[in-house]
Amino acid sequence: MSLQLKEESGSRRATDRSRRRRRSRLTRLDLKFSPYAYVAPFFILFAIFGLYPFLYTVWISLTDESPINPETNFVGVDNFTRLFGDDRFWDAVVNTLGMFVLATLPQLLLALVLANWLNRRLRGIGAFRMAIAMPIVTSTAVVALVFGMFFARDYGLVNGVLDIFGVDAVDWRANRWRSWVAISSMVDWRWTGYNALIYLAAMQAISRDIYEAAEIDGASRGRQFWRITIPLLTPTIIFTVIISTIGGLQLFTEPLMFTSGSGALGGGSTGQFQTITMYLVQTMRTFNQWGYAGAISLVLFLMIVLISAINFLLVRRLGSDR
Amino acid sequence: MTVTMPARPAESGRQRRFKGGREPSGAVRRASPLTIGGLIVAAGLSIMPLYWMLVVASRTSNSAYQWPPAFLPGGNLGANIERVLDNPDAAIVRGIVNSFIVSGTITVSTVFFGALAGFAFAKMRFRGKNALLLAVLVTMMVPIQLSIVPLYQMMGELGWLNDIRAVIAPFLISGFGIFLMRQYSIQAIPDELIEAARIDGCSTWGTFRHVAMPALRPAAGVLGLLTFMQQWNEFFWPFIVLADPANPTVQISLRTLNSAYHQDLSQIFAGMVIATVPLLIIFVFFFRQIISGIMEGATKG
Repeated sequence: MSLQLKEESGSRRATDRSRRRRRSRLTRLDLKFSPYAYVAPFFILFAIFGLYPFLYTVWISLTDESPINPETNFVGVDNFTRLFGDDRFWDAVVNTLGMFVLATLPQLLLALVLANWLNRRLRGIGAFRMAIAMPIVTSTAVVALVFGMFFARDYGLVNGVLDIFGVDAVDWRANRWRSWVAISSMVDWRWTGYNALIYLAAMQAISRDIYEAAEIDGASRGRQFWRITIPLLTPTIIFTVIISTIGGLQLFTEPLMFTSGSGALGGGSTGQFQTITMYLVQTMRTFNQWGYAGAISLVLFLMIVLISAINFLLVRRLGSDR
Repeated sequence: MTVTMPARPAESGRQRRFKGGREPSGAVRRASPLTIGGLIVAAGLSIMPLYWMLVVASRTSNSAYQWPPAFLPGGNLGANIERVLDNPDAAIVRGIVNSFIVSGTITVSTVFFGALAGFAFAKMRFRGKNALLLAVLVTMMVPIQLSIVPLYQMMGELGWLNDIRAVIAPFLISGFGIFLMRQYSIQAIPDELIEAARIDGCSTWGTFRHVAMPALRPAAGVLGLLTFMQQWNEFFWPFIVLADPANPTVQISLRTLNSAYHQDLSQIFAGMVIATVPLLIIFVFFFRQIISGIMEGATKG
């Protein structure tokens, strides 16, 4: 009886132990492989929709692939040599860079000023923050349509205001500079508040002690702003400059919607506001030159990387000079 | 149950910061009249185009071509909205439904997979973790323009051109989402809590489900709002793959309205009101969360 009992409990203990061992082995496997399973969906999706298309773009840029060609030939670097002699491409590069500078510089300077104003004690400051953040919810398509109406040649609000000051009606779509100004103003309106909030967050993270010490030393407010705020904000400014560079060099919707009708990808009658991305889409969809389009997207990507790097060095330099 | 106790202080402290940021304390300078004036001008300029949209959308088409322009909303908003909803070319009802499906699906997926991967990166030990995290960050910099030709071909081969699956699939998981959730996980989920759950016999999945997910809820809300807004406003990729105006997203409907041969401004602007109002409502209700998400993403980035 007792022996039997002992045996029984012994065997129970044995199965218990083996179960526990199995469980601890499962736990070990769980701990070892679960993290990979949790991050895997991202990498699988990225491999399909990011990495593979990228590698394929490199390949396609070396061919003359086109949906209307029955066969595809390897053409080496022909697409790239053609690109470097392509006036329309270089026009698009100039347009993109021009609008990028016009859109980014005033935007970030204004955002700095706004953030400095928003960082004050004031009843109802929350309402101001909300109003200034509101453009963020507006889609670029809507921004482009509203501003397209502001900048209409006839009956446009901007020309109406200019008329009060005796300026004749301006055709904002007619030439490079004017259309650049109009399109850049759309970008400025949409993103200034966004950048101001980012700067505000960084300003609020600066310790008050530094300002108090500067005050004791007799530094004026302007001096405090340039000598304390701006240098401490440099990493944040770099962040916004890089984000603006990536976004600005891909400018598409605003200039596309600045004209109506089917030829919109051309960016105006003589391509005066056609951006690189518009030319890329036009090459792919209208001209059906997939290989050449692949070369354009690669060059665009390299430009984004290069200009981001230049801006990074530039801002860091400016920040440390102060 | 007891294991949730130690989490509270850390979690709620973190939560407060995430939602509101630091409010200006007594040490912050008082605004001068000049500053207030500047702020009023800036706020006015920020709101004016949206107000203008409402004015044009609520008047007759002819009044868009009068000088001086009307500055007050008229009584035609309902009629204009009706006209744009009935416009067969723009298919805006279809566009709104599609936009809800696209943005909703991507939002749910981005938040779930972002939380899962973010939790793993923040709280689990595995080989190659840092290299993989770096890879996630690098992918955030890669624009879709880089690969539109192969992506377009791929969608053609899948038979997804003019199908909203083409707009959904490439965006189901975002590097930004993973990064945001990782940053939040580090501070919102105490290690002791995970330890305790494991001793209680929780599997990794159980720990994620019962410990991480409740703690990550505030960040999930923020990420969800930002993702939904971004996807709702997306234009470039839908423009490429949804060429058929009969099956658009709402932004593509606006473009179709605008390219009509006879432009009907009050109709176009009524369509814009429809496309913007859902986001404006979300913005007003969740202003603090959206703002903190933007600020958080940047200062941590």
